[in-house]
Amino acid sequence: MREQSMVPEPEFESYYGRQILKTPTWKTPDVPLYLFLGGLAGASAVLAEGAALSGRPQLERVARLAAAGGATAGTVALVHDLGRPERFLNMLRVFKPTSPLSVGSFILAPFASFAGAAAASQVTGVLPRLGRLAGVGAAAFGPPLATYTAALVANTAIPAWHEAHRELPFVFAGSGAQAAGGLAMMLVPLDQAAPARRMALVGAALELVASERITKKGLVAEPYRIGRPGRLMRFARNASVVASGATALAGGRSRVLSAVAGATYLASSVTTRFGVFEAGLASAKDPKYVVVPQKERLARKETGGAAAHTEGQPAG
Amino acid sequence: MSIFSERSLWGRLDDVQHDAGYDEDHPPRMGFFTDTSVCIGCKACEVACKEWNDVPDDGYLLTGMSYDNTQALGASTWRHVAFVEKSGAGAAPAVDLGMPSFDLPGAHPHGEDQATESGDGALRWLMSSDVCKHCTHAGCLDVCPTGALFRTEFGTVVVQPDVCNGCGYCVSACPYGVIDLRKDDGRAFKCTLCYDRLKEGQTPACAQACPTESIQFGELSELRERADRRLEELHEKGVDVARLYGRDPEDGVGGDGAFFLLLDEPEVYGLPPDPVVPTRDIGSVWKHVGIAAATLFGVGVASFVGRRK
Ligand code: SF4
Ligand code: SF4
Repeated sequence: MREQSMVPEPEFESYYGRQILKTPTWKTPDVPLYLFLGGLAGASAVLAEGAALSGRPQLERVARLAAAGGATAGTVALVHDLGRPERFLNMLRVFKPTSPLSVGSFILAPFASFAGAAAASQVTGVLPRLGRLAGVGAAAFGPPLATYTAALVANTAIPAWHEAHRELPFVFAGSGAQAAGGLAMMLVPLDQAAPARRMALVGAALELVASERITKKGLVAEPYRIGRPGRLMRFARNASVVASGATALAGGRSRVLSAVAGATYLASSVTTRFGVFEAGLASAKDPKYVVVPQKERLARKETGGAAAHTEGQPAG
Repeated sequence: MSIFSERSLWGRLDDVQHDAGYDEDHPPRMGFFTDTSVCIGCKACEVACKEWNDVPDDGYLLTGMSYDNTQALGASTWRHVAFVEKSGAGAAPAVDLGMPSFDLPGAHPHGEDQATESGDGALRWLMSSDVCKHCTHAGCLDVCPTGALFRTEFGTVVVQPDVCNGCGYCVSACPYGVIDLRKDDGRAFKCTLCYDRLKEGQTPACAQACPTESIQFGELSELRERADRRLEELHEKGVDVARLYGRDPEDGVGGDGAFFLLLDEPEVYGLPPDPVVPTRDIGSVWKHVGIAAATLFGVGVASFVGRRK
């Protein structure tokens, strides 16, 4: 299980080796799936508006349905994860900027409504102008929907998530772009899918760079490198690279290759979310990820005084 | 109710109730000072808490962890007495950082001072009754999206079971691993610092039951003074390992409403050595999310520029 650990096992004391933090109670697959669906839906809404503006009806149709479908399925996953699903609407009882889940509920609710209305109008042909307007609304709420989920996991005491709070939003943005681009590459004819290909390519690059920065973070990032989450993260990275290679070389020429590359992007995006999620669980379960970095921080405070205070301070 | 449940996210905060929106004439902040140096491990606090608060059982099993079969705080364990047995060789001296990574090479003086100080040579007993810290900056409260978790007029942190929807966010946001969801119930539970008793001017059940006054209840400002005197007294007696945990209003959670006197490093008792409320970084988190969202939008726009092909 500890294979490929680049950090020597640190010595530290603990209470019978027990974990200090509680393991997040968020369920698998509900929550990692929600992270994925939010990214897919959010980025698809942007793609749909671009397609509408640039006159690519088939791309528009696929992207609108992806935005609406992703938001609906994501909401189902989120509600299903609650211990008291019938109280889902309590999420909208207060608005708290300190709670990304609260802020997210106020992103998800309008997004799902806009994306749903836009897709319904697209499919039925009813109220096309209002439909377009709803589409613009969805495109505005899309990028926040795709990225706020990074704040959701980062604003926790879970070391692997919290210490990656600067990079995770970019991982999720890139992962969402890959998912939206990938799905459209699978389902849209080549001559209309060029923007989808570009979106996936740039998304993959963004995610690769941001993920790389996380995995380099030393002990707190170890869960991203070892065990099952480590394997998931590596699979996602390799899938992105392969899909991007295929897309760049022949994505615009071969329908089959475009579809295969698109599916690979989707697989990569799903896998990244499960990898990030499970890395967090692993980092809660082992007291070393809590004790060792905190002891180091205390030691720095003792020696460095003021120096320790500047690190990790909030921006505002 | 104000939009911000906590106006101040991090650092020293002297009037936590006022910050949460109470009038100036609110009651003083109440808390616990748990002096583990006089704890005898009787678990009367655990029992009294369960009884008074009608907390359901959460299984009976033998763990092999000394006398501790309770294991940890949780949704149905609001007081937990930890038992540490350390043999002379394993007893860490007070200043041992326990990590070779930044110890001076060879500076690992295995356990003489503790063994001699406690006078029993071979075995050292540590017992400590753990509880929710009722943080000044409480991660659980900050992230609760429903407002189920709230700050009481006594400065404590309490869940309203009729509002909680079991989202579980508080569970991941507590830097001490205190609050948890009750599986069969679906909602989050933790110590209320006996909110119902406090409202009647009574002492919380655990403190009432504690036979050695290891658990002391009172106004936080008074408890802090009392703890400082006790620490001084112990240091004068040569118990150098004694230290206060959660006493400092400048620490990562702005100080605990329930704080401790410990006789070893916090992690030996299963406590985090330097907890920080996750929300300290919420500004940075939102800033990066904002930039990432703008980037994603830009990627979308850029995807449509260029050759039409
Ligand atoms: S110890 Fe945990 S559960 Fe208790 S107030 Fe602090 S953050 Fe909340
Ligand atoms: S589980 Fe309940 S108390 Fe905890 S954050 Fe969610 S709604 Fe609030």
